[in-house]
Amino acid sequence: MVNALTIKNYFFAFFSLCVLGGSVGAFAADDLTGTLKKIRDAGSISAGHRESSIPFSYLDDKNDVIGYSQDLVMMVVDAVKKKLNLPKLQVKLIPVTSQNRIPLIQNGTIDIESGSTTNNLERQQQVAFSDTMFIIGTRLLVKKDSGIQDFPDLKGKNVVVTAGTTSERLIREMNEKKDMKMNIISAKDHGESFLTLQSGRAVAFMLDDALLAGERAKAKKPADWIIVGTPQSKEAYGMMMPKGDDQFKALVDETIAKAETSGEAAQLYQKWFESPIPPKGLNLELPLSDDMKALFQNPNDKAFQ
Amino acid sequence: MYEFDWSSIPGALPFLWQGMQRTLEITAVAIVVGIVLGTVIALLRLSGNWALSNLATFYVNGFRSVPLVMVLLWFYLLVPQLISNLMGQPSMDIRLLSAFVAFALFEASYYAEIIRAGIQSVSRGQVSAGLALGMTKGQTMRLILLPQAFRRMIPLLLTQAIILFQDTSLVYVIGLAEFFGVAYNTGNRDGTLVEMLLFAGAVYFVISFSASMLVRALQAKLAS
Amino acid sequence: MVTLAAGLDWSIFFKPAFDGSGTYFRFLIVGLEWTLLLSVLSWILAFVVGSMIGVLRTFPGKFLPALGTAYVEIFRNIPLLVQLFLWYFVLPEIVPGLGTLFKQALSPLLQQLISGVLCLGFFTAARVAEQVRSGINALGSGQRGAGLALGFNRWQVYRLILLPVAYRIIVPTLTSEFLNTIKNSAVASTIGLAELSRQSQQLGEFTAHWYEAFIAVTLLYGIINITVMIASRFIERAARLPGYVGGKG
Repeated sequence: MVNALTIKNYFFAFFSLCVLGGSVGAFAADDLTGTLKKIRDAGSISAGHRESSIPFSYLDDKNDVIGYSQDLVMMVVDAVKKKLNLPKLQVKLIPVTSQNRIPLIQNGTIDIESGSTTNNLERQQQVAFSDTMFIIGTRLLVKKDSGIQDFPDLKGKNVVVTAGTTSERLIREMNEKKDMKMNIISAKDHGESFLTLQSGRAVAFMLDDALLAGERAKAKKPADWIIVGTPQSKEAYGMMMPKGDDQFKALVDETIAKAETSGEAAQLYQKWFESPIPPKGLNLELPLSDDMKALFQNPNDKAFQ
Repeated sequence: MYEFDWSSIPGALPFLWQGMQRTLEITAVAIVVGIVLGTVIALLRLSGNWALSNLATFYVNGFRSVPLVMVLLWFYLLVPQLISNLMGQPSMDIRLLSAFVAFALFEASYYAEIIRAGIQSVSRGQVSAGLALGMTKGQTMRLILLPQAFRRMIPLLLTQAIILFQDTSLVYVIGLAEFFGVAYNTGNRDGTLVEMLLFAGAVYFVISFSASMLVRALQAKLAS
Repeated sequence: MVTLAAGLDWSIFFKPAFDGSGTYFRFLIVGLEWTLLLSVLSWILAFVVGSMIGVLRTFPGKFLPALGTAYVEIFRNIPLLVQLFLWYFVLPEIVPGLGTLFKQALSPLLQQLISGVLCLGFFTAARVAEQVRSGINALGSGQRGAGLALGFNRWQVYRLILLPVAYRIIVPTLTSEFLNTIKNSAVASTIGLAELSRQSQQLGEFTAHWYEAFIAVTLLYGIINITVMIASRFIERAARLPGYVGGKG
């Protein structure tokens, strides 16, 4: 009977929310448009996050959402509170997957997504991207004693990628063009990919270097694994927002740009990439790249591809 | 030899329990809605009305010809769309809501078939007797047919519930952390997937096996 | 929903797939082939193992039937997804020697296929075993007695008398188990096997045309289902036995 009660609560919550949303909306003055208006009318902002994109957006052992992208989106939330003059604005954190992050932005279930989403031209046709939060290169995670140093060493080997990532596309192209006779395994998520690598099914795992460092942190003996190879692509991570909402995008961009030029983002970088992080207290030891330094000096929302 | 490392389990127990509550929540919603909706569909199928019975048949065959994995993925895509059209922002985890809807509608198609067979197993003589006593068709159905049919169906309905309980693990494909999801995520995070999967398998086995023993005992009692 | 239907873009299936294997239409057909291969192989395994376990459960004595019962209970009371992960992720780790060989000597596709077939096959076998047992039990002890009286040994009684008749009685339930196997094969998408439901997710992932991908795959499952059902009608008609359930006369 617990179940029937909780469902009743859900419905009650739905109902009261609708009523509340309606009544507040009726009295509001209309200087705001789009997402910001929607946030004010609802009295809440919905932010989409990932569950295992270490160290960008993931769950710690208390099931709290943490990470570099999460810290940044909370700055955006603060900016929204200030702009709307709503210090008690409710923040709803909604877990998203790579399958539904774009549909959820499009249908307005989430107002903003901040995780590890690459800004590219294809996606720009469907959603808007904020100023870049992070720049990665797609590289390889291999066992230290495997002897693999770069992509040509993968000839005839088993390589794992996470399904749906840019790396999957790139490695399949490379396999075709250079006739490398690799066996490419596409795993369901990064965790499964790393497991495939750890269990010896694949000799290399291709992915964004920062995420590889995050996966490495989960290993029983992280020191056994190293990130190698010439980056095959550069990608810019951004927050996703509904398309065509200039007012909201301006606020988000302003917040990110300010964080990047003021040194706050550099502090966050140090916190997540150069200090011990949960759950195991491992330091990713990923120094700030030249691309990132350039970004922090000159924030922008350009996609690399 | 593989070195087992069971150390993730104690710390994860509270979350595993939360996950199990979700599993049970989905199971319970799907049983209740599934049986109610399933009864309606079964009655429509037997109604004798050409359009209604074909509609019900289409519903049942439609759901039964698609893998549950696809049904879950479908509703994960559709439910947020419908919700934002109907009621604005959802106030609960959309994955959980999608799972509720998907399982309830999917199970209804299975329950409908069990219930239809149950109704058909009650002899025609009983219906004639009811009608002869001056009852309406609806009264005969409600007072005579359904009670007997349900009594006969109880073991089958419960067995279906056990299957459903196990099937809830498939919400893994939409990333919802019910019992199995929590076990998998914990194992994934701590690098102890082997141990967490074995643990999850053992828990499912103990629960499902005990439940099926109870159903068998009940079945024996009903038969005697 | 109306806006949604209007926004569908079916030309997506004629565009080249991300992996350079051809069009996305071809991409789905590859998925269909894997689904069918996986289902048929699993079904063969399920039929063989299920028959053995089912027969075991009708043996006289206590030990052998108990063994059969234990098999059925284990495979029926653990979720299919968990079983698949045990086959694919756990067994190769904890079985010394053979596990490493499995992971390193076989190509990834073959590993996924073998794990999928073993999982689905042994899982479905538990259900086939129940059907076979009930089929044999439906025959009563008369036929068995008659066979033994004619001088057949126990193996011959099962092979020549009991099983052929039992199979013909349970044809309808066996075909519905085959349909279940096809549907259950979608679970193999979770270990990366490129079957239909996996391909639909990949298609959605790379093109963001989720609705088109899902509609196409759902229709394909529908077509498989209808085809198997029509085929099974013919088989059922041919296998029908006079004097038994489902038979005329």
